[in-house]
Amino acid sequence: MEHMSSLYSGALRMTRNPADAEDLVQETYLKAYRGFGGFEEGTNLKAWLYRILTNTYINSYRAKQRRPDETDLDEVEDLYLYHRLGGLEAARASRSAEDELMDLFTEAEVKQAVEDLPEAFRMAVLLADVEGFSYKEIAEIMDIPIGTVMSRLHRGRKALEKLLYDFAVSHRLAEPVPDPAP
Amino acid sequence: MALEPSPLKPQCDEALHEIYHLLSGEIDDAKRAKIASHLDDCAPCAEPYDFYAELRKCVQQRCHDIAPPELLARIEAALQHEPHD
Repeated sequence: MEHMSSLYSGALRMTRNPADAEDLVQETYLKAYRGFGGFEEGTNLKAWLYRILTNTYINSYRAKQRRPDETDLDEVEDLYLYHRLGGLEAARASRSAEDELMDLFTEAEVKQAVEDLPEAFRMAVLLADVEGFSYKEIAEIMDIPIGTVMSRLHRGRKALEKLLYDFAVSHRLAEPVPDPAP
Repeated sequence: MALEPSPLKPQCDEALHEIYHLLSGEIDDAKRAKIASHLDDCAPCAEPYDFYAELRKCVQQRCHDIAPPELLARIEAALQHEPHD
């Protein structure tokens, strides 16, 4: 079953619930099987499966989920997380940047941060930054214009940086930084 | 970790603004080459670039789940009931 773990991971981030994720993946493969004639040979199979997964989620599962309010992201400036955590790497020069970030956030925290994103942002960030789809592919998967993909990514990435920073603060790995004066 | 004001050149502005798009491979070749050569010369820009590259790797690796074997069995059983061409 091609791409099953990728689809299952995506389904988990969307539904935030293993039982729903399994149902969603099963439904996706059944729909893919029934509609395989609609798949164009030579195009991206994973993108096609993700399109079915996303549509199925939106149509069948989303209503069950609480809709988180959009957080106010206006105060999240560019390079938000870097400005707050980048110094940690310099302080521990003996370790690589990669180890540093991997040590900062547990698997549960990163998953939680992604799952806590407001839904429209969560889907865009999941498809771009976790699954590696191009902006054009995401526009097709979500059936929205590419400009909308980019604005959701812009806001979703900011929101993710903010959520991760909150985890870092909770570990006392970073001191809260007051917002810069306007 | 203080927010140090740095004397940003226009090339720095452009490079920093495009970090996420660059990491996503969503920048045309000419612009990519221009930014890449700037990053080679400008440590204050290369540092956040590396940071965000590692952040993306961290998010990707941490969000990977393995589908449970029962799910595969369930799907295969369900497909058995589908009409075959």
